[in-house]
Amino acid sequence: MKAEAMKNQDGSDIKRRANEWVEREPILEIQHLGKAFGDHQVLLDIDFKTYPRDVICIIGASGSGKSTLLRCINMLETPSSGLVLHKGKSVPATGVHTADYRSKVGMVFQQFNLFSNLTVLDNCMLGLRKVLKLSREEAKARSIQYLMKVGMAPYINAKPHQLSGGQQQRVAIARALSMEPEVLLFDEPTSALDPEMVGEVLDVMRTLAKEGLTMIIVTHEMAFARDVSTRTVFMDRGVIVEDDRPEVLFTRPREERTKEFLTRFMAH
Amino acid sequence: MGSSAPQNSLEWIMLFLDKYGVSFLKGAALTLEIAVISTLIGCVIGFMVGIVQTIELGNSDPLWKRLILKIVNLFLSVYVEVFRGTPMMVQAMVIYYGSDTLFRLNLDPIAASFIVVSINTGAYMAETVRGGIQSINAGQIEAAKALGLRHYSTMLFVILPQALLNILPQIGNNLIINIKDTSVLNVISCSELFFTTSSVVGTYYRYFEPFLIACAIYLFMTFTLSRLLRLMEKKLQGPRSYQLATDFMDDTYGNGSSVIDMKKGFGGRN
Ligand SMILES: Nc1ncnc2c1ncn2[C@@H]1O[C@H](COP(=O)(O)OP(=O)(O)OP(=O)(O)O)[C@@H](O)[C@H]1O
Ligand SMILES: [Mg+2]
Repeated sequence: MKAEAMKNQDGSDIKRRANEWVEREPILEIQHLGKAFGDHQVLLDIDFKTYPRDVICIIGASGSGKSTLLRCINMLETPSSGLVLHKGKSVPATGVHTADYRSKVGMVFQQFNLFSNLTVLDNCMLGLRKVLKLSREEAKARSIQYLMKVGMAPYINAKPHQLSGGQQQRVAIARALSMEPEVLLFDEPTSALDPEMVGEVLDVMRTLAKEGLTMIIVTHEMAFARDVSTRTVFMDRGVIVEDDRPEVLFTRPREERTKEFLTRFMAH
Repeated sequence: MGSSAPQNSLEWIMLFLDKYGVSFLKGAALTLEIAVISTLIGCVIGFMVGIVQTIELGNSDPLWKRLILKIVNLFLSVYVEVFRGTPMMVQAMVIYYGSDTLFRLNLDPIAASFIVVSINTGAYMAETVRGGIQSINAGQIEAAKALGLRHYSTMLFVILPQALLNILPQIGNNLIINIKDTSVLNVISCSELFFTTSSVVGTYYRYFEPFLIACAIYLFMTFTLSRLLRLMEKKLQGPRSYQLATDFMDDTYGNGSSVIDMKKGFGGRN
């Protein structure tokens, strides 16, 4: 309806935008992805695309396969079937090309997973030095730039265990950002945090979304998903039930299962 | 005292120290040398064996690689079992006399001692290193992988430093044990502290005093070393507190909550 109205106003602009859309290639394309652990089918025939500047939030009940999907995307788990395409090329499960691909697809974990033997600065610099092969000076400058962005630059000399959970997660985000990835994956980045620290991490992620970083975020923070995502994906028992704009998915979901999940979730 | 025969233990001790002090020190020096160097070599062996034993090959790796790894691992576990399952005294005899009998190789006792203690320590360290590597949180490895680090860099910069820190107390233990256990090398006439003490006994037929001296020297070495190791451990663990980098502190970033620089655009490669 809205599009109709716009076309009447300015048909040419719509056409131009449509062309742009066609030219915009997806960064990631998941095709018929499946994953089984033994007999247990955890993911089934997953399909979706990630375009530049997408902020995709994945929601769903515990055990529905959200983490597994994210881990298949960067090959921490080897998919049992289907493909992950990166800019049109199939990503292999192991080897040099996998490592190279991973350097372009960052990941932020629920448990932060900062390297416990390294300082905050060295955590950020390791990938820059050993994977991107930057010089020490370049790596340091870039690490500090991203640590400043998340407000953790004053802590460059600290070890992870000396920081609060929220601070650790912000460092983990800076470590991932330092690699200047094409896509950043988040697996429940605030679930391991004390409530008072959730805000500082979500604030950082909001800023990144505004600046146009492409992100895929598994989260239980519904308000955040609704406000920030360009698309929200609802998963249930290993399948994508609904994949739509958040205004649609949260207010008038098409699927019964989505509706049920949302009412159950909001009741808590 | 004069030149008359010693009247009590204290006088005997003075006499032994006076006449054989240098021998005791030489024996102690050799004991220390064998223990320290062999523990280091043992650690190197242990790390190599432990690292190989924790290599994981998946179904996607070529068959020949997996086969070679299986065979190598079989040899390594036999090595570890044999050297942990037999007394070092017996190992010393077998290696010292066996090298002559089987290979016509005339090892001198000191060389044989270095070999025995190193290999023996290596077997114990292999188990320790394996445990140390396996105890590293899987999340650390995943985080390294997710950054695009290859297996070898992950090992070198993330896993091994953490494993080393975890097993440092165990390395110290091994060193202390080796200082004491080099005493068994007297069976192959290695002139370490115990052997030296025995020879001192031989001339006067007094057992108590020379061994009391040996006892004191052993205790001095183990006590001093364990304190030193404790210090080293502390040092390696790094400072308990950290220095805030005040250059990067201002109102925007200082206090935790609203901390993001909104002006700086995201520099991604979109
Ligand atoms: N390594 C594994 N081996 C066997 N089963 C696994 C493994 N990892 C995950 N699973 C199973 O896969 C299913 C999906 O797990 P997954 O962690 O992807 O769910 P999730 O949606 O992320 O849940 P949560 O919200 O609790 O994090 C679960 O039933 C889980 O038990
Ligand atoms: Mg999960």
